[in-house]
Amino acid sequence: MNSSPLDAIQRTCRAKALGSRLGKSFFAITAIGPSMTQDRKTFVAWLQAAPMLLVFALFFLLPLLFVTIVSAWDYNEYEMIPAFSLRGYSDTFEGCIADLPNLCTILKTYLKTLKLCLLTWVLTLLIGFTVAYFLAFHVRSKTWQIVLTLLCTIPFWTSNVIRMIAWIPLLGRNGLVNRGLEGAGLIKQPLEWLLFSEFSVVLALVHLFTFFMVVPIFNSMIRIDKRLIEAAYDAGATGWQTLVNIIIPLAKPGIVIGSIFVITIVMGDFVTIGVMGGQQIASAGKIIEARLNALQFPAAAANAVILLGITILIISALTRVVDIRKEL
Amino acid sequence: MSKSSKSNRHVSRRTVLKGAAGAVGLAAGSGAITGFPYVHSADPKVLRYLGTAVNEGDEISKKCLEDTGIKIEYITATTDDVTKRVITQPNSFDVLDTEYFSLKKLVPSGNIFALDAKKIKEFDNITPVFTKGQLPNGKKIGEQGTAPWKVLYLEGANSKTFSKTPTEFVTLIPTVYNADTLGIRPDLIKRPISSWTELLNPEFKGKASILNIPSIGIMDAAMVVEASGQHKYTDKGNMTKAEIDLTMKIMTEAKKAGQFRAFWKDFNESVNLMASGETVIQSMWSPAVTKVRSMGIACTFQPLKEGYRSWASGFCVSKAVSGPKLDWAYEFVNWYLSGWAGAYLNRQGYYSAVLSTAKANMTADEWSYWMEGKAAVGDIKAPDGTILEKAGAKRDGGSYDDRMGAVACWNAVMDENDYMVRKWNEFIAA
Repeated sequence: MNSSPLDAIQRTCRAKALGSRLGKSFFAITAIGPSMTQDRKTFVAWLQAAPMLLVFALFFLLPLLFVTIVSAWDYNEYEMIPAFSLRGYSDTFEGCIADLPNLCTILKTYLKTLKLCLLTWVLTLLIGFTVAYFLAFHVRSKTWQIVLTLLCTIPFWTSNVIRMIAWIPLLGRNGLVNRGLEGAGLIKQPLEWLLFSEFSVVLALVHLFTFFMVVPIFNSMIRIDKRLIEAAYDAGATGWQTLVNIIIPLAKPGIVIGSIFVITIVMGDFVTIGVMGGQQIASAGKIIEARLNALQFPAAAANAVILLGITILIISALTRVVDIRKEL
Repeated sequence: MSKSSKSNRHVSRRTVLKGAAGAVGLAAGSGAITGFPYVHSADPKVLRYLGTAVNEGDEISKKCLEDTGIKIEYITATTDDVTKRVITQPNSFDVLDTEYFSLKKLVPSGNIFALDAKKIKEFDNITPVFTKGQLPNGKKIGEQGTAPWKVLYLEGANSKTFSKTPTEFVTLIPTVYNADTLGIRPDLIKRPISSWTELLNPEFKGKASILNIPSIGIMDAAMVVEASGQHKYTDKGNMTKAEIDLTMKIMTEAKKAGQFRAFWKDFNESVNLMASGETVIQSMWSPAVTKVRSMGIACTFQPLKEGYRSWASGFCVSKAVSGPKLDWAYEFVNWYLSGWAGAYLNRQGYYSAVLSTAKANMTADEWSYWMEGKAAVGDIKAPDGTILEKAGAKRDGGSYDDRMGAVACWNAVMDENDYMVRKWNEFIAA
């Protein structure tokens, strides 16, 4: 299938999360010791961070800079013209004022993308949290914890395309679910909304990305001091109170990191939404793909910059709710 | 050359000092770019062949190696990615297999070599569909869209302008083409279908589909709109903004009313939709219909009274190719037109550019089934030997003359392409 700059955006967004952690260790190191040793330590720290920094600068910052520059170029049928033009942006927001009170294409697309993103996020969070809770507190042996965590990776054992095409025999008009329901006499007509609908898109996204919630939340949970839970129990807290007052607050960093994974991936996704939505559901990524395929690189770059901006806004809002640097 | 290897060493030294593993990969990468040219004179004859998967058969490359000693290395990409690659990386391929409508983007980029018609042995035997826009029997065919004869010749060897009259400078040597129409499931529709309007017939609500490749999808949409009598286009392949608006408005209304089950973009998606019964009528490609049929499911490539939407592809050569490699490229193109490959393509339901040589490589029964629209005497087999049709079957749409003669328009790149793509996005978002 198509691989596109979107993948790069997703990767870099994930990398951003890592970057902020990296930044934190800088502060930790630089804060210690008097100035003489501090200089040396700073130098060592920079040296240690240098490989990552280099990779970052070359493969993230530089390409991003190019994308931003190109987004303000002009273009024709077959090439980019390095002359300043905001055509890529103005085309994108075409009709946003003229069509009022109707929504323009770009707003409709983003509302739809955000809606899918929100639904996926809520569901992966609920399922992911539950699974992580089970793994962390109900499975006692470390071996079983590892085995069961590995089991969560099963959805990744086949390729993206096969995984998604496999839904058709299950959810299709003549698929297993419809056949089963008809056989049980529950419905007379096959349910059309099972496939090529928002339902199927969210289902596939949740199926794919719950794992990205499970791992960071599980990681936070196993680091919770078990004595805290015992203390709560001794103090007469109910299971629910323990969950709300102890486990959830302490698992927050995991929740936020998982949320960042899921949100950045879903915001940029166009393959899953395309295949499961029967190509009839717009997504921010799809617009970029259509522009790229028409060789309108500056317009695609402009859309990528907009998508990046919106995703960064969401992520910074999230990190404002929970300061990951402080919590880790 | 020594300069480039020196700079490589420099990069390596620096990276070792910094101890960054990632940068070592970069040094290796830059070596590949600035290093030796890909082919040494002592190497065997190798051509890098960029194209879509549709025409890149293993049998073709095997047979070519056997006959000419030229080794074909396939580089596979989607139609859009092929175009992207030609424009951004002209050094990454030698021979290009692409469609005529892409030429409007490729030729102005200056990355395409004008081939010399005199060096193509069978050039004069290429079907007049390409050179004159008419059938071998003289019947004129539809010329809306980017019809091949409009973009076949250049004004000069280094010209970026298409010539209206034949010259010796050829952009794309035709190899394969076909006439596309709607595919239907006759077992589920249970009545004759004869017009493009049926795609938007509420009878098939939630069971229709169209391609989500804007430049092709809009042509199918235009066929529907014109068939329904709502508008008569001057040129479906080159719409005005108002015409694009009108076409998309009609399609958007249908989409909102739930007419379409899904859109498809990929060959296999179209096969899945049809085979599973999710759709019963949709835009389709000939080999996809064959594939559904080979699964034992009834599927017809339905001829329609308004005609077909046609496409054609061929070979061109990268401007970066020169010396002996250029000779091999000519040798390869000449081999391709010499008959074996043509017969191979005809047996898949496509058409070959030089009919006479292909005919010599097919049995009389195969020729009369595929090209003359007559009932098959024996079983009709695919190139790999599987049985496609039982004896007595007839090809959908009939003979070559019936099918190609009914072409209404060709796949196209419009002048208003940019506007069209925006409107298409709006349609998807609606």
